[in-house]
Amino acid sequence: MDPGADGAVTDGRLNIGAIRSSFAPWEDPAAEPLVRFEKVTKRFGSVTAVNAVDLAIYEREFFALLGPSGCGKTTLMRLLAGFETPDEGRVWLGDNDLSDDPPHRRPVHLMFQSYALFPHLTVEQNVAFGLKQQKLPKGEIADRVAEMVALVRLEGMERRRPDQLSGGQRQRVALARALAPRPQVLLLDEPLAALDRKLREETQFELMAIQQRLGMTFMIVTHDQDEAMVLADRIAVMQAGEIVQVGRPTEIYEAPVSRYVADFIGDVNLFEAAAVSAEEGETRFAGPDSPGGYLASTDEGVVLDGGLYLAVRPEKMVMHLDPPPEGPNRLAGKVLDIGYLGDWTTYVVGLESGRTVRAARANSARLVERPVGWDDPVWLTFAPDAAVVLTR
Amino acid sequence: MSAQHRDRSRAAAIAPFLWLGLFFLFPFLLVLRLSLSDIALAVPPYAPQLDLSAGVDGVREFLAALDFETYGRLGGDRLYLAAYLSSMRIAAISTGILLLIGYPIAYAMVRCPPAARRALVLAVILPFWTSFLIRIYAWIAILKPAGLLNAALGAVGVAPLNLLNAALGAVGLAPLNLLNTEAAVHIGLVYAYLPFMVLPLYAVLERQPAELLEAAADLGCTPVQAFWRVTFPMSLPGVAAGALLCFIPMVGEFVVPDLLGGSQTLMLGKVIWTEFFANRDWPTASAVAVALIVTLIVPLTLFQRQQQRLLEGGR
Repeated sequence: MDPGADGAVTDGRLNIGAIRSSFAPWEDPAAEPLVRFEKVTKRFGSVTAVNAVDLAIYEREFFALLGPSGCGKTTLMRLLAGFETPDEGRVWLGDNDLSDDPPHRRPVHLMFQSYALFPHLTVEQNVAFGLKQQKLPKGEIADRVAEMVALVRLEGMERRRPDQLSGGQRQRVALARALAPRPQVLLLDEPLAALDRKLREETQFELMAIQQRLGMTFMIVTHDQDEAMVLADRIAVMQAGEIVQVGRPTEIYEAPVSRYVADFIGDVNLFEAAAVSAEEGETRFAGPDSPGGYLASTDEGVVLDGGLYLAVRPEKMVMHLDPPPEGPNRLAGKVLDIGYLGDWTTYVVGLESGRTVRAARANSARLVERPVGWDDPVWLTFAPDAAVVLTR
Repeated sequence: MSAQHRDRSRAAAIAPFLWLGLFFLFPFLLVLRLSLSDIALAVPPYAPQLDLSAGVDGVREFLAALDFETYGRLGGDRLYLAAYLSSMRIAAISTGILLLIGYPIAYAMVRCPPAARRALVLAVILPFWTSFLIRIYAWIAILKPAGLLNAALGAVGVAPLNLLNAALGAVGLAPLNLLNTEAAVHIGLVYAYLPFMVLPLYAVLERQPAELLEAAADLGCTPVQAFWRVTFPMSLPGVAAGALLCFIPMVGEFVVPDLLGGSQTLMLGKVIWTEFFANRDWPTASAVAVALIVTLIVPLTLFQRQQQRLLEGGR
């Protein structure tokens, strides 16, 4: 597909941001999803790995399934690849019901976490494996292999065998092999898990560029929230076989629907709270950690009741060395621990109520006039719109 | 590392060579020397003899007297060449049959759950718990005209036994007369060497990650196609190892052709035995044995290289 149609090519280079900011087919009620999971359930013995999952993925989307190990994300992906068949529900690709098709008849390819390269074949032969299976003419196979090898920048390695390659090179062979037969959906199972950090970051951007260039639909399974945030157009967070939230990375991070999601994606401070009074766009809360109570922006009405939680990200906490004026969203305590990360410093603050909260500060200046030390008394405040009200 | 420790590890490194030198190289040199002696129908000593009391001259004289007379005899008599070719042919055919039987067995074993796999591996090596000779004798009881096989066939009521017998080139009509035919030798060889075929195949097949088959299926292979494009080519080192491990000793096999093959089957092991013990021509017998070893060096070298590759591939 020609990405230029979106006006996203500047100076011959792909502007991924321009494409992605305008890409939101899931908001268009007329758009037909490419992949549809319909009430899909999969059990292994007494364990329900995937429980009544409904999910729609759109063409050209980069979709991430995110969750801890054992949450069912890999099973969900294997249901689409065809290595598992659903006990209940259907899996659709466009208008085709794939549910009972064996893997070799599905136009969906998987890049394995272990790469699963064929050790007896060269790079070239590995990449050509799926093409030969499609019975393409020899010349076309050669062209396509050369194109794929160039795409993943493995020129000159064509005759090598997998055991003569580095981890990063093997990862790219696996990608090229899965891409070569032009699957309608490319599935990536923890594709970057085996790479070291620097290489992982480079490869993330490469993956995005390749996905945009080929105009393909990618579905990635990962337990690494950073990876999901960087790569994906949308993320589905899974917990115990169910999808708990689907949304853009910013939605998942800034507006988590539950404590589980808030806690899984990034760091978060959770405060027990009871809603006491509601005003226009704002609600007042009482809670054990803040003597002055809390004030949080709320668009929808909040039921005036207890058992609620306020979630505040550490970087949205403002730290004061001198006491700020009394009021809501004001926590007093002392520094228990300091984690210096270079670009950021994380402070663990012990509150008077006995619990600890985290606050993060960007180290924007090289030298700080009044550095914060252990056991220093500090005050933390946050803006009303920094807090997210969670009911579960 | 202490000096004592170093000495000990050096001794450990020498031990296998010492063993091989004592129990392989030395006997082999004896046989080699015998094969170069003068032909004589008698027990040792054979001419020439090494006279160490004469010093260096004695050694020189001894070496000068050695000749290739026995080997000339091997070339001259058609019987020896026929025995070589027949041995090679029988070993090759049996290796083929072993592959056809051993591969499915090894493949099925790998497909079993791990607990069953261990039991099956044990079952494969279980026959080694009884004497090889007794097991081959047992086959005589099975294959002889009034044996178990014919009793079983008679019970089932197999009619076209004549046809079978004709195909096997056996003399006489029913009952099925397998004993003392080449077919009986194949049966005995396949039976005796099956573990040596199954175990190397099992080893390579078991090491294959199941994910590779999933990858093949994902890229469009039916299970049968995945077998021929992934499983089988990846198991070729095991096929080569098993084939050579069976072929090499089968060429020189003595017990099976002697007990089951009768007088019609011509194999080198029997020829060597006849030369040593019936004709009492030790120099000629030694020459046959040396020639066999030299012929087998080629497949042995292949086997060695295959093992090396297998080890490197298994890193």
